[in-house]
Amino acid sequence: MLQVEQLRKAFDGFQAITDANLSVPKGEVVAVIGPNGAGKSTLFNLITGHLQADSGHVRFKSREITNLAPHKICHQGVGRSFQLINIFSSLTVFENIQTAVISKHRLDRKLFRPAKRLLVEETLEVLENFGLVDFKNHSCSSLSYGDQKVLEIAIALGSKPDLLLLDEPTAGMSPDETRRIVNLIKRLSQQEGLTILLTEHDMDLVFDVAQKIMVLHQGRTIAQGLPEDIRNDKSVQNAYLGETG
Amino acid sequence: MSANNSSTLKMPQGKFRAYLGLGLSATGILILLAMPTLISQYYVYLLATVFTTALLATSLNLVLGYGGLLHLHHGVFYGVGAYTVAIIMTKTSWPFAVAVVLGPLVAALIALVIGWFCVRLRGLYFGMLTLALGQLVWAIIYRWNALTNGDNGIHAIPVPEFLTSVNSVYYTTLIILCLSLVILYLISKSPFGLTLLATRDNPMRSESLGIHVRRHRLTAFVIAGFFAGLAGVLFVLVERSVAPSLLSWNKSAEILIMCLMGGLTVFMGPTLGAVILVFLSMFVGLYTEYWLLVLGVLLLILVLFLPQGILGYFIKSNDKKGGV
Repeated sequence: MLQVEQLRKAFDGFQAITDANLSVPKGEVVAVIGPNGAGKSTLFNLITGHLQADSGHVRFKSREITNLAPHKICHQGVGRSFQLINIFSSLTVFENIQTAVISKHRLDRKLFRPAKRLLVEETLEVLENFGLVDFKNHSCSSLSYGDQKVLEIAIALGSKPDLLLLDEPTAGMSPDETRRIVNLIKRLSQQEGLTILLTEHDMDLVFDVAQKIMVLHQGRTIAQGLPEDIRNDKSVQNAYLGETG
Repeated sequence: MSANNSSTLKMPQGKFRAYLGLGLSATGILILLAMPTLISQYYVYLLATVFTTALLATSLNLVLGYGGLLHLHHGVFYGVGAYTVAIIMTKTSWPFAVAVVLGPLVAALIALVIGWFCVRLRGLYFGMLTLALGQLVWAIIYRWNALTNGDNGIHAIPVPEFLTSVNSVYYTTLIILCLSLVILYLISKSPFGLTLLATRDNPMRSESLGIHVRRHRLTAFVIAGFFAGLAGVLFVLVERSVAPSLLSWNKSAEILIMCLMGGLTVFMGPTLGAVILVFLSMFVGLYTEYWLLVLGVLLLILVLFLPQGILGYFIKSNDKKGGV
């Protein structure tokens, strides 16, 4: 569904991504792992158009999406959540999701229709799916950290993507909250058949949910394959040991 | 049906507030309709000025409050609207109706051109560019003697017979203000308005949800320019003259302060700010020439003690009492 080929990106002479390669098959959960500073977030930003690649290709559903504007990539069917909480702080929980749903239906430029009654059912469906219905009229900044993180992911689902990118979905979470996210990812993948690409530091989580893993080290893809192959890969072990030792 | 069920929890309060707002507006409009019979002609004229200014400030707030864009030179579109009418009525034989329609449209067109450049920038840089391009328009109007009469402005602009009395001008500005406020309110509650708030809160996230942030901001900018131009048309009705000071930087700062004073987050905030500032400048003007000094002190108090603006402050404290 998603193919990344020989992607390169430099910032002021620093080569953040040297040679990233990745393929995400439809319906699978794929994880990108790598030490801090390996370029995982940069890779995500290149895929979603928030950064412009210097060279290489990103293809989605065999269509070239390299360096398209982020809003265009979204309408192709790529949704994403962010590592840091990235929600609409002055809106209610309901409105946060509704904004995404409205944009999905391309109604965001309608001037004379009350937004209040627009696409309510579809928005509530997403809220129910994520257990956020009880908070729907709350200001989203009043939510707990964990709930905000769930909302962060829920917003991305509001635009009904075919491919969902999750950038460290459990960063800063307690073990309980992490379990909630793991269950969520499994449910989205198994029940809704969503294709998911995620980055994560928590290796237990990665080996629990991912069907395929890509290892990024200093901006380069050093391995890609099934979890058990990655676990036994010499170059991966070196990369991690080199980093920590 | 679930649309109704969806908001049952907090609805009583929300509904109460909506009815309260409706009732207050209705009473207010009735009082305003009776005003000319109750007060002197001078105050009727002053109120018409308030209505014009209120429309101007509310139009700015679409960009400033809802869009979160630091628009520093809104007076330009006000001036362009006013000058369009003035020039058509004095230099051509076109009918008055054409001038009235073209005023806001030309202002919107200038907003489209200026906005097209500005929405490419963010934050303070956006603000500096509105200022720079706005000053350019000011300079053209100030210097183009043949067309605009330069520094002297254009005076004794002819208007139709039925718009020559103070009372008829009063009612015209009142009606146009009410209609415009309704339209702007509907826009603020529309999908466009909600999305505009989203782009203000978090432009990067908005992009990831498929929102064309630049285009959205440009649209808001043009709508604001249109209504500022309409306010400019009203200004010509009230004053029958125009001068380059309409597009001055001072004027734009005043509009900005009105929005801040009333509250950026409340729809009627700028209107309240306009009421306060127009009356205050009039009364202060009776006693001293140093209006700007008073304005400065006021701004200081505002920023220090009421950063949310007056209406913003009251609504916030009311919400706290309600336990939301």
